[in-house]
Amino acid sequence: MELLVCIKQVPDTSEIKLDPETNNLIRTGLPSIVNPDDMHALEAALAVKDQYEGSRVTVVSMGPPQAEEALRQCLALGADDAVLVTDRAFGGADTLATSYTIASAIRHIQRTMNRQFQIIFCGKQAIDGDTAQVGPQIAEELGMAQATYACELSVDQAAQKAVVKRQHENGYEIVEVPLPLLVTATAELNEPRQPGLWSSIYAKRYTITHVTLRDMPHIDESRIGLNGSPTRVRKVYQPPLRGKVEMLPSIEEGAKKVLELAYHIKPEKFAHLLVPNDAPVEVAEDNDEGVDVKDPVQRAASVESVSPSEFKAVAAAKGDEGSKGGDR
Amino acid sequence: MAVTNFDEYRDVFVVADTIDDVVHPVTYELIGQARRIAKELGQLVQVMLLGENVQTEAEELVAHGADIVHVFESPLLKYYTTDGYTKVLTDFFEDHKPNILLIGATNNGRDLAPRMSGRMQNGVVADCTILTVDTNEGLVEWTRPALGGNILAEIISPNHRPQMGSVRPNVFKKPERIADSWGRIQIEQFDLKPEDIRMKRLDFIPFSKDGYNIQEADIIVAGGRGMGSKENFDKLYELAEAIGGVVGATRPLVEKGWIKLPYQVGQTGKTVSPKLYLAFGISGAIQHVSGISGADTIVAINNDPNAEIFQHANYGIVGDCMEVLNDMLAHLK
Repeated sequence: MELLVCIKQVPDTSEIKLDPETNNLIRTGLPSIVNPDDMHALEAALAVKDQYEGSRVTVVSMGPPQAEEALRQCLALGADDAVLVTDRAFGGADTLATSYTIASAIRHIQRTMNRQFQIIFCGKQAIDGDTAQVGPQIAEELGMAQATYACELSVDQAAQKAVVKRQHENGYEIVEVPLPLLVTATAELNEPRQPGLWSSIYAKRYTITHVTLRDMPHIDESRIGLNGSPTRVRKVYQPPLRGKVEMLPSIEEGAKKVLELAYHIKPEKFAHLLVPNDAPVEVAEDNDEGVDVKDPVQRAASVESVSPSEFKAVAAAKGDEGSKGGDR
Repeated sequence: MAVTNFDEYRDVFVVADTIDDVVHPVTYELIGQARRIAKELGQLVQVMLLGENVQTEAEELVAHGADIVHVFESPLLKYYTTDGYTKVLTDFFEDHKPNILLIGATNNGRDLAPRMSGRMQNGVVADCTILTVDTNEGLVEWTRPALGGNILAEIISPNHRPQMGSVRPNVFKKPERIADSWGRIQIEQFDLKPEDIRMKRLDFIPFSKDGYNIQEADIIVAGGRGMGSKENFDKLYELAEAIGGVVGATRPLVEKGWIKLPYQVGQTGKTVSPKLYLAFGISGAIQHVSGISGADTIVAINNDPNAEIFQHANYGIVGDCMEVLNDMLAHLK
């Protein structure tokens, strides 16, 4: 099978720290890595390659020339070919312009390298942009079916179908989708392998093909780069911090403050504490359900099951009984 | 697409997020925001509701602020599919041109929005958390976190319509229900054939019932590495139970297997917006903190007075987590 993986070289945002003096982000000097979800996309492609003999994995990335490093990492893990889509004209693109450029490059690769991709793998999202949009937009541009948020995948080459387990907020959806298909991979999908000796040597010696604007005469130049992007970033800023923290003087004070805060959100949870010392006996006396007032567990249960509105009513009733008791 | 005649594009449209014919709460949050934007621009709120049998839900959408609800019913729309939803929606928008289009940033919404933008060739902004309006230019300013929540970017779509974005659930308040709201429910005719939909749902496996949705919790009791042991960490459940909260954790604890993935809070887990967030033994790595910025009040408990978490908290307690925890539990007995 012909398999394609789209990857992105990103700054390792997990290394971002706040400057302790200014509270500004320190964004320079971050190491460049292959976007983590893309590593799962690559592993998924390599697993399909392992399953079907004669398969080939091509990796494509759009970025500056230094993104070759990311592509070499993929070759070292077992990819067969790598293509870098690179041109100043592609810079400043938003997701729509990026996906159009990559889709155009994929068409170019299919034509010039004479391979028809049956599955395209992308990571779910990149850790710098976090948009999760380029994958589906490539699929739309190429007219392919898509299965996003994949956490399990099985491919049936003979039937030209794949079964994908997709992650949802409240469960997993199992779907069957025909090829050609674009899949976006989550971290749940697999455990990426380690580079091997021979593939590492192959990666070092491999000549990565560059695809530039001039290589793609059919591309619509009004749809690429900054000018081809419908969205514009107006400003970028750091989210404000939460104001000055109030340090509580002791553990005892702290614990009390937390419970005070919780009380205002869930008063019903504190109902069992808002009872006069002698009251539980009186409430229990009138309880038709016959709670054994001497058993503290049962007594607590009978109070805890009171909902907030009922609690007020019970409290009021309690007050009445209290005064009655006094009259007696 | 790039447009010159902006007047043709009118009103604020919301795509209702439905799961098996039940409207996801984010839809109401979107209607609330659509209402506010529509008011500033003097336009209407229109909602697109797709499903198999959803007319009763349409009345609820009107009660929460929709001026017009377009209902698209078909057995083919019972489940969300990329192909089915994209076709029905973009076909409709060829004649009814939205100025603004809001989609919930659920997994389905984030599957749909970019696919639609590819077909309509318009701009789309992912996972927005702040929506403002530039009334001079009639533009929505879509603000979204990037770099794992470390920065916010404000994005506009000046020359393309519809202006479209997906909006993060659980960020905006659900508007009040007004029983005698005025609104029109319109049953729409549309063209959708089984062969238009390539994806076939085989099964749906819901997360186990004894689980909970941490994103809907009012109080979250969260633990980090500073809890020391699983035994200590498990004690947080006792506190959570007592004060009506749920338990969450940082990524390292999920990796240790102390708690499952759905309860991980942070960049690679869930974004939460509880009223109260208790951070026990959490150091305050930016990946975790970016997931709790929507919390009303954060209390940090840590024995290291210099822990980063205190920079992100409203209240801080310096001390041993277990001591604080046991003290609280004692008060609740």
